Amino acid sequence: MAASMRLLVRRAIRLSHKNITLTAAGAAARSDCCRGSLVCRCFSDEAEDRSTHFGFETVPETEKAKRVYKVFENVAQKYDIMNDAMSLGIHRMWKDTLLHVMHPQPGAQLLDVAGGTGDISFRFLDYIRSQEERQKRRVARSSQTPSWRDISNNYSTQDEPRESRAVVCDINKEMLKVGKQKADSLGVSAGLSWVVGDAEELPFDDDQFDIYTIAFGIRNVTHIDQALQEALRVLKPGGRFMCLEFSKVNNPILSRIYDAYSFQMIPVIGEVIAGDWKSYQYLVESIRKFPNQEEFKGMIEDAGFYCVKYYNLTGGVVALHSGFKL
Amino acid sequence: MWLRIQRLNQWRFVLTSKVCVPQLHTSSTEPASSSCDGLYPGHIHTTPIQKALLAVGSGVAALRDPYRHDMVAVLGEATGHFALINLRDKMKNDPEGYTILTERPRIRLSTIDVANMASLPEGSFGREYIRFLDDNHVTPDSRADVKFVDDEELAYVMLRYREVHDLMHTLLGMPTNMLGEVAVKWFEAAQTGLPMCAFGAVLGPLRLNASRLQTLVTSLGPWALRNGLRARFVLNIFYERRWEQSLEDLRQELNIEPPPVILSAANKTST
Repeated sequence: MAASMRLLVRRAIRLSHKNITLTAAGAAARSDCCRGSLVCRCFSDEAEDRSTHFGFETVPETEKAKRVYKVFENVAQKYDIMNDAMSLGIHRMWKDTLLHVMHPQPGAQLLDVAGGTGDISFRFLDYIRSQEERQKRRVARSSQTPSWRDISNNYSTQDEPRESRAVVCDINKEMLKVGKQKADSLGVSAGLSWVVGDAEELPFDDDQFDIYTIAFGIRNVTHIDQALQEALRVLKPGGRFMCLEFSKVNNPILSRIYDAYSFQMIPVIGEVIAGDWKSYQYLVESIRKFPNQEEFKGMIEDAGFYCVKYYNLTGGVVALHSGFKL
Repeated sequence: MWLRIQRLNQWRFVLTSKVCVPQLHTSSTEPASSSCDGLYPGHIHTTPIQKALLAVGSGVAALRDPYRHDMVAVLGEATGHFALINLRDKMKNDPEGYTILTERPRIRLSTIDVANMASLPEGSFGREYIRFLDDNHVTPDSRADVKFVDDEELAYVMLRYREVHDLMHTLLGMPTNMLGEVAVKWFEAAQTGLPMCAFGAVLGPLRLNASRLQTLVTSLGPWALRNGLRARFVLNIFYERRWEQSLEDLRQELNIEPPPVILSAANKTST
């Protein structure tokens, strides 16, 4: 509740700034002072119809979110099959790498934004489960000849360790529906919740989660800086921000092969498997529009994260960015 | 009047779309397909490599699941360039075909008067067409749009072929089950020479059971081929002006024999 109030206040201040510059520009035009020209310059930046990119197209900002929604509504049913076909299964390795770098411990609370069909959350719960089993085995092995410390620790197991939880948050209901169906068919339900929400305005209180992940989702967000600020807000102090996203390939040969594959093959695969050329054309174009590794690292640092670093996967096709809220 | 409005709208679009020049031969990093609508609504630019990949991919997809009409459509568009040129020329050289090319009629539920056609006398072409739509539970609006043909007029020829397909079923008296579709494909392959029809004609029988395959090989197939070769070119008929004409009369005019075997639409579920 406090979070949404703060957001509303921030929005109101932004809007009032717009109004001030609008009226000031009007007065300046009439009075012709040089201060007015300065205001006029920032007025043009604050124009109502700001535009952004939708793939290689330019669209008004208000329209981008709607169009992205439509894209994912259309591809939701075939999303997982298409991922396997397009990346030849490599996307599984990327997501596994994310989990290994994350190395979550039992009791961790995960927020998986743009989690859609739940790939990250399922892996998270599996990882936690295997960690718990490993811990139990360690305890069982060592309790053959318990030391005095172990005996005293056993007395303090009155307080149950917190259960790990994964919250899958996505703006698109179709994707969440597919994810829920997957969870039901896998028989996974404990510790998993599905929430509809916008990455730029998360429906959660401050300081809630240990880990925030956004895998292959942040390039679809209209205001990436807002999403990063929201990530900072909902993470606990000491919490970790992790982002998997397509990025710049630096090797020139690999880059040409990658471009040829992206623009020649991927829309064709989209048409043949999903019957939707345009959505996959958008996908490969939106990858080209996303900032490169260093730029994105700068954006994460600007949002207030510390110890930001990135790992290049598959030669830079995918980058894993990580930062901490301290 | 309605057709005229439609035609005006189409021409207006063609004029405006020609202003935004599509870049067909850009570098692989910046294809222009998203920046403007192409030569006609729904047009997507494709390089020759992409067309080849589409042909292979859609062929495999259509073979695995013949009910994926969109894949059959894409196969036709990706492989049909030269055949379409041939068809367009045939239409241009015939007075009725030329009228169709200039007037650009569309067969959709919004352009045909279903109630009027259903009230036509029995045995008339329009009445039989409506009966065909009802018996087989199909609608003319389920045709996929043309996307990958790189010429606006050829795209219309392809679209006309697609929309006339149901009328072929009516003329030949074939239902929309697998056997009926294969028979119509043999007829269309002989008539149009489209590679997609040829593939369908050759590979479609693979999915038929033994008795139907026998029917196809012994009576339906030869009949369809024979009629395809000797009939008047089917795209040159302005069907929308012939709804009142009797079906028998139309068959005679087009030089098509009635079917040797009466297939019922009830055989739809089992191939």
